[in-house]
Parts: sequence; C-alpha cells; structure tokens
Amino acid sequence: FPGLADVSISQDIPVEGEITVPVGSHSPDEDYSTLDEPVKDTIMRDLKAVGKKFVHVMYPRKSSALLRDWDLWGPLVLCVSLALMLQGGSADSKDDGGPQFAEVFVIIWFGAVVITLNSKLLGGTISFFQSLCVLGYCVLPLTVAMLVCRLVLLAGAGTVSFIIRLIVVGAMFGWSTLASTAFLADSQPPNRKALVVYPIFLFYFVISWMILTFTPQ
Amino acid sequence: MATADDLKFQEFDDAANLLAANPDATTISIDEPVEIPKNQHSRLQEPGREEDDELLGTDDSDKTELLAGQKKSAPFWTFEYYQTFFDVDTYQVLDRIKGSVFPVPGKNFVRLYIRSNPDLYGPFWICATLVFTIAVSGNLSNFFIHLGKPTYHYVPEFRKVSIAATTIYAYAWLVPLALWGFLMWRNSKVMNIVSYSFLEIVCVYGYSLFIYIPTAMLWIIPQKVVRWVLVVFSLCLSGSVLVMTFWPAVRDDNRRIAVATVAAILLLHALLAVGCLAYFFDAPELDIPAPIIPAHNGTTVVTKSH
Repeated sequence: FPGLADVSISQDIPVEGEITVPVGSHSPDEDYSTLDEPVKDTIMRDLKAVGKKFVHVMYPRKSSALLRDWDLWGPLVLCVSLALMLQGGSADSKDDGGPQFAEVFVIIWFGAVVITLNSKLLGGTISFFQSLCVLGYCVLPLTVAMLVCRLVLLAGAGTVSFIIRLIVVGAMFGWSTLASTAFLADSQPPNRKALVVYPIFLFYFVISWMILTFTPQ
Repeated sequence: MATADDLKFQEFDDAANLLAANPDATTISIDEPVEIPKNQHSRLQEPGREEDDELLGTDDSDKTELLAGQKKSAPFWTFEYYQTFFDVDTYQVLDRIKGSVFPVPGKNFVRLYIRSNPDLYGPFWICATLVFTIAVSGNLSNFFIHLGKPTYHYVPEFRKVSIAATTIYAYAWLVPLALWGFLMWRNSKVMNIVSYSFLEIVCVYGYSLFIYIPTAMLWIIPQKVVRWVLVVFSLCLSGSVLVMTFWPAVRDDNRRIAVATVAAILLLHALLAVGCLAYFFDAPELDIPAPIIPAHNGTTVVTKSH
C-alpha cells in the first residue's frame, strides 16, 4: 500500500494518558511476608477493615471502599447479635411469639440473597457478594436501634417507651435504607432504580417491624 | 488498487431511470413493513371496531409471535434466560399495576399491558408485599381490638408470616399452573383463538393481587361492615380483570365449561380474600349499641297488656 508509506505521527503531539493499577494487587513477596507475621497483625488487619466499613455505613459517602473489598464478617456479626437480642421475647405456650433465632437468620440472609438476585436480574452491574456485603453492613443502624430498644424496655414498657422506640426504630430504618441505597443505586440502570430500591425498603421494613414488636416476657 | 476517483461518492440515478436504461437487470425490492397501530394509546382509537381485536389479540398476534420468538433464545440454564423475565422498566411496572386496579371495561389486561413481555418482577414482589402487609395489618388490628382488655398480652404472632407466605405464593403459582393446564387441554379439543402462555397467566394473577395490599391495610379498621364492603369492592375490581382476561380464552368452548371455568376463577379469588380476612384478622367483638330497642319493647308490652 504505497499510500500509507508516508503516514507518521508528528513528534510534537504528546501521547499521554493514565494507567491505574488496581489497589491490592499482591506481589509474591507480600504473600510470603503475611504468612510470617504474628497472628495479632492478621486479626487486627481484618478487624480494622470491618471497623472502617462500619464507619462508612454510619456516615455514608460515595466511596467505593465498601464495594471493592467486600467481606461478610461484619454482616455475620450483626446478624447474630440482632438475632440474639430478639430472643427472650414473649414466648407464650401458644408459641405465637416473636421470631426464633433461625427465623431472623433466614430472613436476613435469604432476603439479602433475593434482593441481590433481583438487582442482578434487572441488569445491575454489582457483583453478588458485594451486594450481600452492602446489605449486611447496612443492618448496623437497626442493630443499634435494637440495643436502644432493649435498654428502653428495661426502664418500662408503657406508652412513652413505645413512642421512644417507635421514633428510634423509624429513624434507624430510614438511615439503613438511605445508606444502602447510596451504595447500591449507582450500579443500577437508570430507569429501573425504583424497582431495585423498593425491595431494599421492604427488607429493612420487615427487620424494623421485628425490632419494634419485640416485647419482653 | 482502487483509484481515488472510485472512492469518491457517486450519485446514482433514480431506480426507474436505471431500469429504463437496462431493463434486464436484476432487481430487489424491499417493502416497508405495514405499521401495526400501537395499543398503548388505545383510548385515542375507535372503541367500537377495535374492541373485539383488543380482546382477541388478533391484530398483533403475528408481531407478538415474532417478539416471543426473538426474546427467549438463551438456554434455560443460563442467567440470561431469567433476565428476559425481568426486562421491565419502572414505568411499565407502574402501568401494569394501574391497569390491574382500574380495569378498563372491554380491554384485555394481557393484550394491553403485557404484550408478550411477561415479567416475574411484579408477581413476585407484589406477593411478598402482600404477605407482609397481611401479617403486619392482622397483628396491628388484633392489637387495637384487644387493647383495653386486662388479660391481653401482646404477641407479634410471627408464625403467621410463614403461613401467609405459603398461602399466597401457592395461590399465585399453583392456580395459574392448574388454569394453564386446563386451558391447554381444552385447546387441544376446541380450537380457541386466544391462548396464553404460562408466564402471562402468572403475570395476570400476580398483578391482580395488588388491590389486596391497600385492602389489607384498610382491614385494620375493626368494623365488620367496613371489612366486608372492602372485600366485595376489591373482589369486583381484581375479579373483573381476571374475567376480562380469561373470558375470550374460553368463550369458544362449550358454554357450560366456559361459565364453570370463569366461576371457578372467581370463586378461588374470593376464597383467598375471605380466608385471609378470617384467619389473620380477629373478629371485632363490638356490641351493637341499641338501648332504644328494649325500652320500645317495654312500651309495646305495656300498651298491649292494656
């Protein structure tokens, strides 16, 4: 092709760009060194990661730390503590009382899986475990609300305590929903956002209902 | 090697002129496909002539068959196959919900709103919402009814959630399965013009359950009359959606079987509503305030004895 012989890039056009190296790439040296480190360091590193995510949930900003380095330790701890705190409720002989430990566990995990599947089926770009991680971590405000409710119920179970519990649970429910929506909404196609947000709303509503209707013996 | 002139844009003559110059040249003709009128703005069309077509769905049956053939081509073990059932936007879901709550007389829900794009999002999440609405409203209503009594100790009644879930999901999936099987069987005997796929039937049933969500919330009101009025009202609305959907599918059949099918559909729907009301909502034990009646009897007795 003689026509292309004199094609060349002039020297004074700068060729530039950006290459981002994904954070967290392991070199063989690093792997070797974490094997030798004391156990305390390993545990502290994981605990710090979990703690950092808790902070992200309480003050939701549009950061991608929660999404990138997902882990399921936080959701597990939150789920177990919430399920434990929901025990000791009014279990009559009719056995029509509050949810059992297994029921809370199943509702939280099965609900999170269904919501994740729903968002992926609707065309979301977030990965399965990232979504589970976000939904699990955003249960933190509701766990705090459960703690507050139990403390308030120690003081009494009248109308005033109910109103306090209602306000606290309502506020935490709003916080949870807003936090998880802030993290998850960007990965959805724009004309289906409401379809993805509504199941999250329902999920946290059910958990809030379980917390609010907890009555001690 | 192509010269520069060959690469320049060339004006071609009109087809007629070219053909006149060279009559034996091979020609290819591509016709514009006839535009089928969209049904989304059906209220702008003539209601008379279009009604039967709307109900039968014959005006766009070719197009819907084509669309159905194009869509679900992925094998059923891949994730993409199931994504085709969630191919709806927010406004489409809202439109379908609106169509189930305000049934337009004479317009078929499936043809008008679903249009060979049945989705599983609506049925699944409407059923989930209904389960929790019934459980929560039942709990709240029982709480308010028994509030003043000294022996009452509030229980969250969490068992009822699983019972509600089983009932509603069984209704929303098994009844369409049975109905679809029945329609397929009748189709093999009598040539029906209209036939629905299984997913379309699930879709209609799922969206027709939407009216029960506000109904369940209003059932908290502890008045028997109010509750039964609500039952009848919601039954009329969602029942009419179901009837208008399934009547065209059975009306070519034996008259008795057609009427029996539609009656069975309505009966099951009514059974669901009444059953939920009876099981999840305690009866309000309100005494009818009638102090006047004993006094009236007293006076009549007195006068009669005179």
